Amino acid sequence: MKLTLKIWRQKNKSDKGGFETYQLNNVDTHASFLEMMDVLNEQLIEENKIPVAFDHDCREGICGACSMVINGRPHGPLKGTTTCQLHMRHFNDGETVTIEPFRANAFPVLKDLVVDRTSFERIQQAGGYVSIGTGSAPEANNIPVNKNDSDKAFDAAACIGCGACVAACKNGSAMLFVGAKVSQYALLPQGHPERNERVLNMVAVMDEEGFGGCTNTGACEAECPKEISVANIMRLNREYISAKFAVEKE
Amino acid sequence: MNWFSKFLTSTVGRKVVMSLTGLFLITFLLVHCSINSLMFLNDDGLFFNEAAHFMATNILIRTIEIFLFLFLIIHILQSVAITRQNMKARTISYSGTSATATSKWYSRSMGILGSLILIFLVIHLKDFFIPSRFTDHLGLDNNGTPDMYAEVKAAFENPAYAMIYIFSMIVLAYHLLHGFQSAFRSLGIYHKKYTPVIEFLGVAFSILVPAVFAAMPVYFLLKK
Repeated sequence: MKLTLKIWRQKNKSDKGGFETYQLNNVDTHASFLEMMDVLNEQLIEENKIPVAFDHDCREGICGACSMVINGRPHGPLKGTTTCQLHMRHFNDGETVTIEPFRANAFPVLKDLVVDRTSFERIQQAGGYVSIGTGSAPEANNIPVNKNDSDKAFDAAACIGCGACVAACKNGSAMLFVGAKVSQYALLPQGHPERNERVLNMVAVMDEEGFGGCTNTGACEAECPKEISVANIMRLNREYISAKFAVEKE
Repeated sequence: MNWFSKFLTSTVGRKVVMSLTGLFLITFLLVHCSINSLMFLNDDGLFFNEAAHFMATNILIRTIEIFLFLFLIIHILQSVAITRQNMKARTISYSGTSATATSKWYSRSMGILGSLILIFLVIHLKDFFIPSRFTDHLGLDNNGTPDMYAEVKAAFENPAYAMIYIFSMIVLAYHLLHGFQSAFRSLGIYHKKYTPVIEFLGVAFSILVPAVFAAMPVYFLLKK
């Protein structure tokens, strides 16, 4: 198939950037979107041009490295799919495909389609963990866990932290990500000792990083490649409100 | 109280304020709508005038009215703060977005819808609220009560005014359609059993209440 690609090119963080148009004449419909990008880059290298920088790692839909906004949709038009798992058969012959980086001030563009998502890591460092001494694996049935809660915690933990929720949200809000990270511990007894501090610290860093607030449009859930539920945002609200009023520390 | 001000200015806290003030305004709409529906009684507005007079003079109602204005102002100011903060989170926008595929237009347009309601509110307060509170220029009905009914009737017999009113009620309906259920979400209320009930009530409220309000100009125009 033939494709016209309109791709955002930006030399570095301070460069203004802009769109450039490329033609690909022989795209395999079985290729993944990133393989199509590889073909484009080989073509650019042969033409002595600088290849398009984009993030990728596992290419199996589990690492959360790939990003890109394809035709206005983070990770492209398919539901519950990362860019690397999106295949070219979902596009039409002769189509013009617009490819942009994730847009949020908390995700500054480093080069072309690569954005700096370390703000997510700083949120995680503020409380997205349980403080336990590591040692040999404990007996699995020492602490009983309700099946419904463990299922929900597992669903929340499926978040790969790719940032599509931020990219999709009109407010550039990270609340689906933070909601998932808070929920996966709030639902399990192992997470309870640090429950209040966790949500307070993570929301504080989320706000410092300059993410917007949630206005419940639901775009994040619709675009999430792991289909994380907005119920996690409600749980984040609940956890935050109760923690703010419950903890004795100012 | 440092923690409390921090709570109120956090992204979660700001929405809690929007939610609580919004829910208060929703209960106000219910009361307002119930009283206004008395105009549909075929008694030349006698019962309505009595109710309006009670609402305008009762000390408890007048006290709640102060809070109503206070919460309305907080709701507006907070929405401005939230919008500014959210706009700052993405200063470079996408070249072409297909947001329509993933969210409802009215959920993304609460600021515009709210601003239209504010414009309507200024007109509405000038034409109905102020006359109802400063009743000197109003005539008296057959029971000797200030005749708000006549004031409303006169206003709505003007088709242009009626159109503005009906349009504003459509705007209000969409604002409520998102706002009602969103208010509960912002408070962290989400449950497999109860959220569908809240959503149903939200849709029913958003259609019925503005429909009753919009029925008034239609009623007076047809009656004319």
